[in-house]
Amino acid sequence: MTEQILSDLRDAVLYFDPDDARRLAQKALDTGVDPVVALEEGLARPLREIGDRFGTGEAFITELIAAAQAMEAGAEVLNEEITRRGAASKKVGTFLIGTVEGDIHSIGKNIVATMLSTAGFKVIDLGTDVPTHTFVEKVRETHPDILGLSALMTTTMTKQKEVIEALREAGLRDDLKIIVGGAPVTEGWVQEIGADACGLDAVNAVEASLKLMEGR
Amino acid sequence: MPRVTFLAEADRDAVHDASLTVLEEAGVKVNNGQALELLRDNGCKVEADIVHIPPSLAEECVGKAPASFKLFTREAEASYTVGGDTVIYNPGSAAIYFTDRETGEMRRADANDFKELVRLTDALPHIHAQSTAMVPHDVPDEISDLYRLYVILRNSSKPIVTGAFTKTGLTDMKNMLDAVAGGGLPEAPRAIFDCCPSSPLMWSDVTCQNLLDCAEHGIPAEIIPAPQMGATSPVTIAGTIVEANAEFLSGAVISQLAAPGAPLVYGGSPSAFDMRHCTARLGAVEAVMAACAFAEMGKRYGVPTHGYLGLSDSKTVDAQSSYESGMGILLAAMARVNVVSGPGMQASENCQSLEKLVIDDELCGAAYRLIQGIRVDEDTLAAEVIGKVGPGGHFLAERHTRDHHMKERHMPGPVIDRLSPDAWTKAGMKDATRRAREIADETLRTHTPRPLPSESEERLETVFKAVLKRHGIKPGQLPKT
Repeated sequence: MTEQILSDLRDAVLYFDPDDARRLAQKALDTGVDPVVALEEGLARPLREIGDRFGTGEAFITELIAAAQAMEAGAEVLNEEITRRGAASKKVGTFLIGTVEGDIHSIGKNIVATMLSTAGFKVIDLGTDVPTHTFVEKVRETHPDILGLSALMTTTMTKQKEVIEALREAGLRDDLKIIVGGAPVTEGWVQEIGADACGLDAVNAVEASLKLMEGR
Repeated sequence: MPRVTFLAEADRDAVHDASLTVLEEAGVKVNNGQALELLRDNGCKVEADIVHIPPSLAEECVGKAPASFKLFTREAEASYTVGGDTVIYNPGSAAIYFTDRETGEMRRADANDFKELVRLTDALPHIHAQSTAMVPHDVPDEISDLYRLYVILRNSSKPIVTGAFTKTGLTDMKNMLDAVAGGGLPEAPRAIFDCCPSSPLMWSDVTCQNLLDCAEHGIPAEIIPAPQMGATSPVTIAGTIVEANAEFLSGAVISQLAAPGAPLVYGGSPSAFDMRHCTARLGAVEAVMAACAFAEMGKRYGVPTHGYLGLSDSKTVDAQSSYESGMGILLAAMARVNVVSGPGMQASENCQSLEKLVIDDELCGAAYRLIQGIRVDEDTLAAEVIGKVGPGGHFLAERHTRDHHMKERHMPGPVIDRLSPDAWTKAGMKDATRRAREIADETLRTHTPRPLPSESEERLETVFKAVLKRHGIKPGQLPKT
């Protein structure tokens, strides 16, 4: 029975069906499946599988996002139960994310935020067009492990540098890892502005973030 | 004359209708107080920052934008009509990287790279306008936009395609242009300003304010939707045209409500979002088709048009860069896109290369020849001279050949290899990239742009120094121009 439910849950993710994922997650709880097992085996594993296939070019980003959304739908049901039992699901780390000032593009940031939360991060999303001082205040307030700065346009990515400088001035830079992302971002830019890493795409951003957490 | 269209009249009408529905029902998000007030006062339904535009208002406003305007050179001794069937190429904008000619490496662009690009563009025969094509990393961010304009004004007399990064940037840039012209700018504009909505269906505070300020000062504004098909717009080309058209119309409403009759350009920078690598492909065939189709919608409304065409996703000058850029440059001309931004640009919209600019200039020259078409009349049919030469003769000594040679032929520059195989081998077996590099170097060594008249220079320096002072920047902190 447990095996069947886990297998159906995996299919819900692999076939991008959030309704099925939600229903089967509830069914898992109703029939006494350990929610932590259901989360890991039924939801996280198939998503990793699609992530791997995206990495090798066998899956498209549209499929990865759809699978992540199905996973999120199921995880919502399971996490509620996990929290209720007091066995708070262990978070990999806290990730503060936002698109820099002057830039109202959200797509890249949103994809990365979804992928990060499915990878086990607690994600705090500040939205788009976030002023530099807001980044500084929120870092002070929420003590994230990693700060992610998104910028799509060549004309706004210089704001990433401004945020890092402001954090340094506020004495908040050293306790924090910073990852930058966006179409024009490269490794050279990371070095130039004193960030720690860059996410060249959604999967790469998650890999880079997990790697940054190893050092913490 | 040869011409390409992708949309039939009924298709354009269908796009128009669908866009009006989008504007009325989904609406556009406007993050600018002044524009929101203007829209509300003129019958739009405004819910928080979402504006629902009535179809009649959109149609009325777009009808007020002029069909064409004149764009002048720095000293106003010549002008181009922007509109109708004119095609004007300018370098693609705004790259943060530059291809180093020594190493071939893609590195951060600096002020000197930009100055080189401006001086080379000044000399190139087929690229008729300048653009603020790079964001130099060694210039303070707060004056980056106007610094680029300053470099152009000092180093070239060609007309300009530009844009501001901040609200005050636009006013400062207008004052700089005014200073150089010595007045009379609204009647004789030297520059077009880009104002880009953010797809899908949004206007940021800065770009919206730039659009309002352009309207108020009579500065031609280029509204450039830049949808990434499949990501920030529908994956279908038709759906992308609908979304972009709604974005343009919303901009036209804002602009024409602020100042009826303000000059506008219907622009576009569509890309195909790559589902495998998550990159925006501007060289994709679908992106080229979409950009041409945007211009067809602009022509439907009787406004001048613009497109990002002639760019490549290749990171270096190679077969891919020439294939993609050639496709864009030729089709832009065949679609009669009035302002074409793209030459020199590679790595999508991220990098400028002088080698590519030299090669693209050749493609532009060929495109101009192509749209002249094939002249057919008694003289060009040449039955008389064919009869005179007769079977077995030749045409080299004929007056008909001498008379028509330079009229019929586009004379390519030295970047195009026309040598015999032996001569090519003896000349060092150079490929096009190497020839282009040598041409760029040689041109930069030998070309002297027309100097800025001294009274214009004085006025420009006064305005520029005042702006620097306001930002607390000393002239000595800036790279030399």
